[in-house]
Amino acid sequence: MFGNDLVTLPNFPAEIRAPQGTLPGVSSFQVHFADHDILTAGDAPDVLVAMNPAALRANLGDLPQGATIIVDTHDFTARNLTKAGYESNPLDLLGDANDPLGAFAVQPVDLTGMTVEAVKEFGLSRKDAARAKNMFALGLLSWMYGRPTEPTIAFLEKRFAKVEAIRDANITAFKAGWNFGETTEAFVVSYEIKPAPMAPGVYRNITGNLALAYGLVAGGVQSGLPVFLGSYPITPASDILHELSKHKAFGVTTLQAEDEIAGIGSAIGASFAGSLGVTTTSGPGIALKSEAIGLAVMTELPLVVIDVQRGGPSTGLPTKTEQADLLQAMYGRNGEAPVPIVAPQSPGDCFDAALEAARIAITYRTPVMLLSDGYLANGSEPWRIPEIVDLPKIDPAFATAEDLTEDGKFQPYARDAETLARPWAPPGIAGLEHRIGGIEKADITGNISYDPANHDLMVRTRQAKIDRIADSLPPLEVDDPSGPPGHGKAKVLVIGWGSTYGPIGAGVRRVRKAGHHVAQVHLRHLNPFPHDLGDILHRYDKVLVPEMNLGQLSLLLRGRYLVDAIGYNQINGMPLKAAALAEAIGGLVADAEGVTVDLTPQEAGK
Amino acid sequence: MSTTGLPFPGLRSGVELVPTTDQPQTGKDFTSDQEVRWCPGCGDYAVLKAVQGFLPDLGLRRENIVFVSGIGCSSRFPYYLDTYGMHSIHGRAPSIATGIATAREDLSVWVVTGDGDALSIGGNHLIHALRRNVNMTILLFNNRIYGLTKGQYSPTSEAGKITKSTPMGSLDHPFNPVSLALGAEATFVARTIDSDRKHLTTVLSAAAAHRGTSLVEIYQNCPIFNDGAFDAIKDNDTKADAIIPLVHGEPIVFGNGTKGLVRDSQTGGVKIVAVADVGDDAILVHDAHNPDPTTAFAISRLTDAGYLNQSPIGIFRQVERPTYDDQARGQITTAQQATPGDPTDRLAALIGGGDTWTVV
Repeated sequence: MFGNDLVTLPNFPAEIRAPQGTLPGVSSFQVHFADHDILTAGDAPDVLVAMNPAALRANLGDLPQGATIIVDTHDFTARNLTKAGYESNPLDLLGDANDPLGAFAVQPVDLTGMTVEAVKEFGLSRKDAARAKNMFALGLLSWMYGRPTEPTIAFLEKRFAKVEAIRDANITAFKAGWNFGETTEAFVVSYEIKPAPMAPGVYRNITGNLALAYGLVAGGVQSGLPVFLGSYPITPASDILHELSKHKAFGVTTLQAEDEIAGIGSAIGASFAGSLGVTTTSGPGIALKSEAIGLAVMTELPLVVIDVQRGGPSTGLPTKTEQADLLQAMYGRNGEAPVPIVAPQSPGDCFDAALEAARIAITYRTPVMLLSDGYLANGSEPWRIPEIVDLPKIDPAFATAEDLTEDGKFQPYARDAETLARPWAPPGIAGLEHRIGGIEKADITGNISYDPANHDLMVRTRQAKIDRIADSLPPLEVDDPSGPPGHGKAKVLVIGWGSTYGPIGAGVRRVRKAGHHVAQVHLRHLNPFPHDLGDILHRYDKVLVPEMNLGQLSLLLRGRYLVDAIGYNQINGMPLKAAALAEAIGGLVADAEGVTVDLTPQEAGK
Repeated sequence: MSTTGLPFPGLRSGVELVPTTDQPQTGKDFTSDQEVRWCPGCGDYAVLKAVQGFLPDLGLRRENIVFVSGIGCSSRFPYYLDTYGMHSIHGRAPSIATGIATAREDLSVWVVTGDGDALSIGGNHLIHALRRNVNMTILLFNNRIYGLTKGQYSPTSEAGKITKSTPMGSLDHPFNPVSLALGAEATFVARTIDSDRKHLTTVLSAAAAHRGTSLVEIYQNCPIFNDGAFDAIKDNDTKADAIIPLVHGEPIVFGNGTKGLVRDSQTGGVKIVAVADVGDDAILVHDAHNPDPTTAFAISRLTDAGYLNQSPIGIFRQVERPTYDDQARGQITTAQQATPGDPTDRLAALIGGGDTWTVV
């Protein structure tokens, strides 16, 4: 069906006509679709559609944290709440500190009301009309998981062929649900991400956006700076704004600006004033912020710019994932405007990536781009909660009166010998009064300068400062279990960045399981690249670069290292599929080693 | 706090939380070492001198004053003042100043902008700064032309203006900056003239003392690309009839006392009458503190949209409304008082919250 495997698990109550709305009267229907052979209906559902309070209560225990719950608000009446044993309406506390559903992504929707409205032209009784809400919900789920609509519509046409009004009402409700999902942007898909083998520690589930928000709070605590977020709502980044707005007790200011430009503008202003300025957005917002990012490059102020990538170009696919903003992050500004880029590789890793972005921004006085994506933002995974003592401390090292020259002058564009960072001197310190801006700065003094030699020097200096960041990066970890570090047998290297870490790892494991060697490297830093990247790339016969774009990292690797990077590119708004990727890796292994690679699963017991 | 009078006794001043100094200051203290590079005869010189001369009156510590500008001739202003400053990008100064003013209560924040910067490319930021009422003063230098890009018409140029980009005359209807600010419900809106240093200084004092966003439109002559745009209100022979002076609590009369404003029952606005025809008592008394901006807006409409032969000058509106930045800081203070404790411990509690399990 639909080209996907699908298993359903109907669960009806044993009682004959148990009272509707009570816990024993809850019936449910579990659907599991996947791109591989399914042997069960899936132990833990990703989405629960609760048509009334009893359904919510009865099924809540089966849901993993981070699951989506769609509730029909129409049937959350006082009477139904009482029947289900609720003393108060749990939906009233959504978003509250003590929200009992806080571990889930709850979407309150008037399913009944919208369905009745959608099918009113067919003149059904209210009861019959309301029954079509099942199809509304199915339409909504079909949108969320990108299921084709035609087979369902064909099925409904056949099933209700004899009663025209019922047939048309069900089809209309199904389409209305699909359209509702498409229009509202509220229903982003949360993906199940398979946990890797777990190191000892205390764990919790966390989504990428939540981890990013926590990482930014941590950036403030670890640097001692107030965090200032200037942001304009955009899918799929808005949840970071929502989350940070709850953390005022940490000194976090959130400003919902009038537009993307004002979001970054206010963040730059706050950075100038001594805060850790942050702005969050998605690709279209980065396009609007580009000029202001250039200002932060020129004024050399700390700034964290978060791009939760989605399908593009233009409005593109707001709720779907993609990683096609890498070159925009790298080059999307006028002039030579280098910006460091970091990318998290999993939802939990968003925490560390945010902290790393803050470290680079503050230490090197530069805007830093953090590239997350829709897959990470809404995906959740078990996350080992770090100990605070293990987190890096960040020293803002503000300029002081001691930075004045012997004749009492302040030099805002003098540089630290090691990092090439300039002094950061927020207003309020006598003697350090200075002016900065977007016009080219004279070396040392920071005065306006149109001098040709100075411009040449400053362009090279700004680039050199970003390149220096590589000195602070640890060596890359090459995963190749076929030998001791640096002496693996693999001839094929798979290198990726960002959210493809999970699928690439799964693909690599499949190839290894079939008895072959393959090495994997995953990049946290896209600019500058770590010092040892070139050597690593040249150690392998074949380098495969899987990306959810048309080959943007490939282009950078080819340009920088003259390596024959081979792209594996998928741009359908979905995460990479491990099985197909494994085939591509296997093909390269076969080429490089002159062997036959057969990835057909060897089933046990046969 | 200096002796600068508060518009409303008992209310907080715009500079109340900014540290003051006992050291005497002069205009020279606020003059940077940078050579001023505007065209000879530019109105910007007069405004710069007036600001440098007026800042010592505030008695604020120089290091707690920040000037932010966008792009345009007037936006070079921060380079010439020895305070903290940022010469930013076109139109965005109000957003940058919003970040500065919200992050720091101890700073006196000023925006210097022009008619193109504030009303064209930066129009959105201007109106949103005004409605938020962030504590800052915006000096809008209006020369009704684009100077830096060499003479194209601006959003305040009169319709039909012949410029390099409009050889057959511009087709745009101009903005009236004061009407626009009042429409955005700005809490302080004033207009003054570059060449009238006394009036300019009075208005700047009131603007600095106002807590919230103050918008001051400054008519400023561009001798190169729009010379004489304000001659009617500057010329000694014509200015008595051209300037409609607004002074809070005073009847609005001009033309050497011969003309005045009355309410117009036909339109609901205001109109100009001969004082002799209606009598002194019928003349409208200016009330800048009226919470309803309707009358102020009606007065602003007496500004010529074409060549400027007539314009109300002074403080149109000066009312109190809580500021965005005070309230934003207030929310943080409230949250911090409700959640005491070491930030590190609270961070550990935050990230360790929710359901957890242990892997051994």
